[in-house]
Amino acid sequence: MFPSTNLQLRRAGRGSKLKEQIIIVGMLVCSLVAILITIGIVLSLAFEAFLFFRKVPVFDFLFGLEWSPQTAIRADQVGASGKFGVLPLLTGTVLISFIAMAVATPLGLYSAVYLTEYAKPKTRNWIKPTLELLAGIPTVVYGFFAALVVAPIIRNTGSGAGFDVSSESALAAGLVMGIMLIPFISSLSDDVISAVPKAMREASYGLGATRVETITQVVLPAATVGIVGSLLLATSRAIGETMIVVMAAGLAAKLTLNPLEAVTTMTVQIVTLLTGDQEFDSAKTLAAFAIALFLFILTMGLNVIALKIVDKYKVHYA
Amino acid sequence: MGSMIKILNETAIPVTNPIEKPCILSAKNVDVFYGNKLAINDVSFDIMENQITALIGPSGCGKSSVLRCFNRMNDMIDACKVTGDIRFAGQNIYDPKVDVVALRARIGMVFQKANPFPKSIFENVAYGPRIHGLAKSKGDLEEIVISALKKAGLYDEVANRLDESGTGLSGGQQQRLCIARALAVDPQVILMDEPCSSLDPIATAVIEDLMESMKENYTIVIVTHSMQQASRISQKTAFFHLGDLVEFGDTETIFTNPEYEITQNYISGRIG
Amino acid sequence: MPDYALNTSENTRRRHIKEVRFQWVGRIAILISLGFLALMFIAISVRGYSVFEQTHIQLDIFFDEAHLDPSGARDPEMLLIADYKPLLTTALQRRFREVQERREKRRLYKILSRGAVFALGEMVQKNPNLIGTSQRLWLPASAEVDLYMKGKVDVSLEEELRRLKNKEINWVNQLKAQGQIKKKFNTRFFTKGDSREPELSGILGAVIGSAFSLLVCFTIAFPLGLLTAIYLEDFAKKTLLTDLIEININNLAAVPSIVFGLLGLSIFLGVFHLPRSTPLVGGMVLALMTLPTIIIAARASLRSVPNTIREAALGLGASKVQTTFHHTVPLAMPGILTGTILGMAGALGETAPLLMIGMVAFIVDVPQGITDVATSLPVQIFLWADSPEKGFVERTAAAIMVLLSFLVLMNLLAVFLRKKLQRQW
Repeated sequence: MFPSTNLQLRRAGRGSKLKEQIIIVGMLVCSLVAILITIGIVLSLAFEAFLFFRKVPVFDFLFGLEWSPQTAIRADQVGASGKFGVLPLLTGTVLISFIAMAVATPLGLYSAVYLTEYAKPKTRNWIKPTLELLAGIPTVVYGFFAALVVAPIIRNTGSGAGFDVSSESALAAGLVMGIMLIPFISSLSDDVISAVPKAMREASYGLGATRVETITQVVLPAATVGIVGSLLLATSRAIGETMIVVMAAGLAAKLTLNPLEAVTTMTVQIVTLLTGDQEFDSAKTLAAFAIALFLFILTMGLNVIALKIVDKYKVHYA
Repeated sequence: MGSMIKILNETAIPVTNPIEKPCILSAKNVDVFYGNKLAINDVSFDIMENQITALIGPSGCGKSSVLRCFNRMNDMIDACKVTGDIRFAGQNIYDPKVDVVALRARIGMVFQKANPFPKSIFENVAYGPRIHGLAKSKGDLEEIVISALKKAGLYDEVANRLDESGTGLSGGQQQRLCIARALAVDPQVILMDEPCSSLDPIATAVIEDLMESMKENYTIVIVTHSMQQASRISQKTAFFHLGDLVEFGDTETIFTNPEYEITQNYISGRIG
Repeated sequence: MPDYALNTSENTRRRHIKEVRFQWVGRIAILISLGFLALMFIAISVRGYSVFEQTHIQLDIFFDEAHLDPSGARDPEMLLIADYKPLLTTALQRRFREVQERREKRRLYKILSRGAVFALGEMVQKNPNLIGTSQRLWLPASAEVDLYMKGKVDVSLEEELRRLKNKEINWVNQLKAQGQIKKKFNTRFFTKGDSREPELSGILGAVIGSAFSLLVCFTIAFPLGLLTAIYLEDFAKKTLLTDLIEININNLAAVPSIVFGLLGLSIFLGVFHLPRSTPLVGGMVLALMTLPTIIIAARASLRSVPNTIREAALGLGASKVQTTFHHTVPLAMPGILTGTILGMAGALGETAPLLMIGMVAFIVDVPQGITDVATSLPVQIFLWADSPEKGFVERTAAAIMVLLSFLVLMNLLAVFLRKKLQRQW
């Protein structure tokens, strides 16, 4: 009926529609960066690791019991004399992560239980953020603390008790890393424990159960899955942590489970291999990428499993 | 209207007939506060042993709050404060010497929504006897569990799957499991907070029959939304409105010949 | 006969004891955790606070023209690098006339910091009229004397085991008796770059390096993160692609930070040949790490804007893009900014990835731009923590105090934004 006005409307609509399409596509491109980063990580690690595995067989890397990349001194014997067995590094990493988790799990879990089940709202309101301060402290600060305060204390107490403790020990690094992980575990478990329905607790209290009975026999069993998920996430953190171990764990690649000895980890070796003078393409530098690939797969695997578990748990109590 | 009810309340403190069964629970001048808000205002009434007492009233009238006073479930809410005198078999349950754990073992509770633990059927029922140390042996425990399930009329349905999860049962079965769980502790009183509100009519009928038979051995206090339910199963009825106990007496009297107009209005469905 | 007793039985008594015990275990766990936090703060402050003061020695310096600028040209460049050492030795000799033996003299000269020379140079360059005059000046003392003045030298130790000998202690005590040695606020620490000498080193270079890195990080991560969040929250339909993006974001948040450093090393440095050891590359790596944090926070904030707002705007004829950018995003901005600031705080504390891209070098000059070679505050802490000189221990602790202050400021800002600007729906 009014063709001219109609046309105008449509035209204006078309112009802005194109502009909007461009904006939307632009946003889509931005969100693809996340994928691009992952691809970038995988490709760069895999490519350099591939170059490494052309010099050192995969089997020797994965199952070798000795790590001594430093022995390749002369340029004409590239990679030939170095020993690139990742197992001593893995042992060190596992040892330190284990110590860290052994410290953080009870402290974090008990803190979370106390805060969710016992603390008055007022107390909870200041303790929770204070605990989370621990998560905001840069790891280099923890490293300094470990090397300067904790390691000497452990060495002195150790030698006082007749043990031979090296100045850099897995115990010092693990202990401090454990402190770092406390808020991580406590706030994740806090979420999980709070998600257990109130009806569960009421049923238990209604039967005359005490709080501890309710917590240990009803709440925690119901939250187990979620707690396991959060512990896995924390473990993945521990494995990938770098600065604390660089500053407090040492460089000695030993196949040992003695927490009083100095051990080295995968992350420490990546840092040592890639800082300082380096020639690209030597087996030594490439080894860092192989370790990193290994580390990436390990943490990613733990993470995917943990997220799946936590997700399933959330659905369960949604 | 609130003030009117108050006046009525003062003059109409329910009188218990001494010939009737002994009084097991009594509330006298009970106030319940949530923070500064008065939720229950000066409520007094007695509950007789081996009877079913129904607490009715529009939602938000405080009937659940009163129910939760009897086994001190209100203790769990930080902001909640209860004053007045509540007695169980003559003992003031808010006395500092009273052990709330023991109290809740004597006065069990069944909740609005069936809340079985995410454990097996057996473990659900065994939980109470276990924490209270009621069973001396494994055989004892089994006996207690089976007897509780039988009393709750659930045993025949679950006899061959006691180790399956309690959360896998139907709604009505879950609620009966919760009743069995409460019975396993061998309480004297069972508080029921709208136990049938999320059940279908058939499951409701089953539970009502169950209550009828439980009356022999237990005292039941039930909060219900359904006037029909109250009139069907209870011997005594208390009608609450806006935190006041308006009227308390024999169910028959309340439903056929209530003293106050507001009760009449509620029962006939004009308010609610 | 039913049992009506409500008092505590043997059974319940035992259970209540367990209850109390359990509660104490929880309290102790929290106390231990908080105790570690306190121990860490105390251990660091106790070591670090002394850096904010520096020991200075008062000397009468004669700015001898014959020595500094015999030509009289007063060329600022030449004045800066002229040989000021003789001025100091002369002044010290005049102050301690009893010291005659050569080896002892050399020890005497060492009670002053090497920085005293530079201090004089800068002074004269700024004010050439000083030449030919005599001035009473406070000049920085050496690291050993500084430690002694701060009570950190164990004098009960045998002389051979100390770096500061009895003679030197004697001189310092003489100065002290006359009020010619005292501790003054250490401006140098905040206005200079790194140095091999503990008493000359400052954190300005590292702070500026961190600032440039964060600037780059913010410029990249904020728009990228915001747009991604908006797309995923308001536009994307649930497809395989968006699922993939989401999984990626969640997993990237848990990738060890050092792996991002390797990514930077092999792609930014190896493939694109961007300048090594610069805030540009550092900031880019930090941006990749911070991106997931920003996206997750921004999405949560966008999600909390009620749909009624969107419906109201759409109902008025606004397009979806207009609705989002005119209404939803501004309303969600406080939350988005809070998340971004917290992400930036995380980036500020990050060390490991920066080591990988070479920001770990010894750099004296304060960087002037994002393509200058630089280090960052946490890396500086790492470098100093690694130094064998005792004087660097307190520098490390002091640098940590500065870093933590910045983090506290950023967190306070975030809390302020959340409290003041965020609305409750």
